[in-house]
Amino acid sequence: MLKPIDVMLVGVGGQGTILATKVLARVAQDIGYDIKVSEIKGMAQRGGSVVTQVRLAPQVHSPLIPLGGADVILSFEKLEALRWLDYLKPDGTMIINDQAINPVPVLIGAATYPDNVLDYIKGKVQKTEVVNALDIAVKCGNARTANVVLLAVLAKHLPIDRQSWEQALTAVVPEKFIEVNRAAFNEGYTL
Amino acid sequence: MKQLMSGNVAIARGAYEAGVTVGVGYPGTPSTEILENFIKYPGIHAQWSPNEKVALEVGAGASIGGARAIVTMKHVGVNVAADPLFTLAYTGVNGGLILLSADDPGMHSSQNEQDNRYYALAAKIPCLEPADSQEAKDMVAQALEISERFDTPVMLRTTTRVSHSQSMVEIKDRQPVELKPYNKNPQKHVMSPGNAKVRRVQLEQRLAQLKEYSETCGLNFISWGDKQVGVITSGISYQYVQEVLPNASLLKLGFTNPLPEKMIRHFAAQVDKLYVVEELDPFIEMQVKAMGLDVIGKEIIANIGELSAYDVAQAFKKQGVSVAPQYVQSANPLIDEQAPQAPGRPPVLCAGCPHRASFHVLRKLKLTVTGDIGCYTLGSAPPLSAIDTCLCMGASVGMSYGMELANPEFKGKTVAVIGDSTFLHSGVTGLMDVVYNGGSTTLIILDNRITAMTGHQQNPATGKTLMGQPAPEVDIEALVKALGVKRVQVVDPINIGVFEKIIKEEIAAAEPSVIVARRPCALLNKESQQPMTVIKDQCIGCKMCMQIGCPALSFNDKKATIDGIQCNGCGLCSTICKQQAIVKGGQNNA
Repeated sequence: MLKPIDVMLVGVGGQGTILATKVLARVAQDIGYDIKVSEIKGMAQRGGSVVTQVRLAPQVHSPLIPLGGADVILSFEKLEALRWLDYLKPDGTMIINDQAINPVPVLIGAATYPDNVLDYIKGKVQKTEVVNALDIAVKCGNARTANVVLLAVLAKHLPIDRQSWEQALTAVVPEKFIEVNRAAFNEGYTL
Repeated sequence: MKQLMSGNVAIARGAYEAGVTVGVGYPGTPSTEILENFIKYPGIHAQWSPNEKVALEVGAGASIGGARAIVTMKHVGVNVAADPLFTLAYTGVNGGLILLSADDPGMHSSQNEQDNRYYALAAKIPCLEPADSQEAKDMVAQALEISERFDTPVMLRTTTRVSHSQSMVEIKDRQPVELKPYNKNPQKHVMSPGNAKVRRVQLEQRLAQLKEYSETCGLNFISWGDKQVGVITSGISYQYVQEVLPNASLLKLGFTNPLPEKMIRHFAAQVDKLYVVEELDPFIEMQVKAMGLDVIGKEIIANIGELSAYDVAQAFKKQGVSVAPQYVQSANPLIDEQAPQAPGRPPVLCAGCPHRASFHVLRKLKLTVTGDIGCYTLGSAPPLSAIDTCLCMGASVGMSYGMELANPEFKGKTVAVIGDSTFLHSGVTGLMDVVYNGGSTTLIILDNRITAMTGHQQNPATGKTLMGQPAPEVDIEALVKALGVKRVQVVDPINIGVFEKIIKEEIAAAEPSVIVARRPCALLNKESQQPMTVIKDQCIGCKMCMQIGCPALSFNDKKATIDGIQCNGCGLCSTICKQQAIVKGGQNNA
């Protein structure tokens, strides 16, 4: 019996959450889960907040994860981790990319970016893992693979074997980018 | 074979499998991907029409010509298409015809939240509501069969959470469908009053037949559980109820107009307490109440915004109804009073967006700006804050003219803005009105050469069709001249000095004028330009550049900095920097 798992991927438009979601959905499908994926896009590419909800279970009804229901939140940006924190189970896992992207209200001085996001979350969530995905991605040769570094960290926390992940990655990523993405996945997985 | 598909992708697949050969629409979230996926199949024709009214008219023609057709739009698009829709209900169809209405509860990307099931009720046509991608696909074929069997257009009504959620779908082969023969029949297809009066009576007869069909068609079904609680539900709400109340008795309605009265009465009689769980308006509930049945609905379920299983669970818990174990405990909020405040992250105009230059100038001139629907609606947000109104597609032109009529002092101080696609959608007639009635409105057509907000769809001015064929480009300047506008100027808005001069000229003119602010969408140009760089020594920290709200610009240690990954080198910041501290080059973008 496959254990139900609810995962949220949150970030900012353009960070590659959609590709990461595709790989997660693919791997879950390959190992026999029923899946529902819900994403809000449309405004996403204009730098807005992006959230994807992925529900894995033998049978999924609602495509939406309830408040306090997510087993894992994979956050591509610190502020977004805070924004969606209420969706995490109290004993859930928070994976945060240690990157700040200023929203426009902050850029123009109408709001401030809080400086204690990580400390607050660490104080609330025992299982918090902070990853410097952007630096790792740059070292791998492409800043845009930060999403795959983060996906690999998520992979370690889910009961799905590494080989299945690598197969799904190969199936989803365009061929000309596969090498750099494999390297990024490897770095994330061995952190 | 099973595939993970969004509701929209599944509807496209369903149309293909069911032998639809004509797909027509106007892009609008959350409906857009249906036609974009439908074109991937062989043997079909799909197109964007300039607006939803035209799309439905083309679909109606295809149907009368014998083909199966699907016409797609978002909820507000049906407002535009309502005129042909109500009479199409009288004439009926030949080949099956679906009007796909994608509603947006929660207004994820819409200007209002309307429940389009009322359109089905008002137009007296059947309405089908899928609850997931599999149903979305299956209901396409079922809707077409109903359409042909009862000689009526059928509304297939989705909501954002069905359109954009992905779930597993069983794929089948295409069932080829023969074109239906066309027989000339003016009594059926020419709705002059004499013919329409006859059809009006037939419309009621058809509705009565549909009501009978609704009882037995299988789209509505009961799953019995504990009979203490009975819930009538439809669409995505069905999923929420199943998850929250796994033991309750459910009447699931997939066919929601006309409702199956006998089935509802039968269900109501068997359960101790009857509820309706539906998103937005009490569409089912009102009708159940009109049947004289005792039912609880909007007393406990919100009529504003999107529902979730969580909301449904909270509502039933307050009623003392036991809910699924995972919903018994209220969430223990991880965010408390000590939590740092998370500032909002509203969508913004992209780095390099040509509209930014336009709005910078409009704000500088302190003009009252009537706006419209598109990316450029984002120009209303700070720091640009350059738009005063936004009502619906095409409204900016008429509203600007109306302000001038209300108070002559607005003359010379207001302009209307509209995008290229929106102008062709329904701005043309507004401009025609200004010219005809002697207004002196200045209209700025923000021509970025694409329908950008919904993700780059072609339109009659882009030189390409949905199917990728080259097309004659509408000559916007010639078009507005043909409407009678004599003053027409074209400018690249990034040349803000020239643009400002032209605006001043045109608002001063005592006759209608059009300024075409033409520069392609920043995302159209795939070749990355060299990004801008701040010369730190020259930057005095005046923050002038921060007023344009460019996401590539930020301010650190009292100096401006530019993110080379986001910057596309448009140079607007450089133009407005009085210190000449921003220059091209010096960094690479990825």
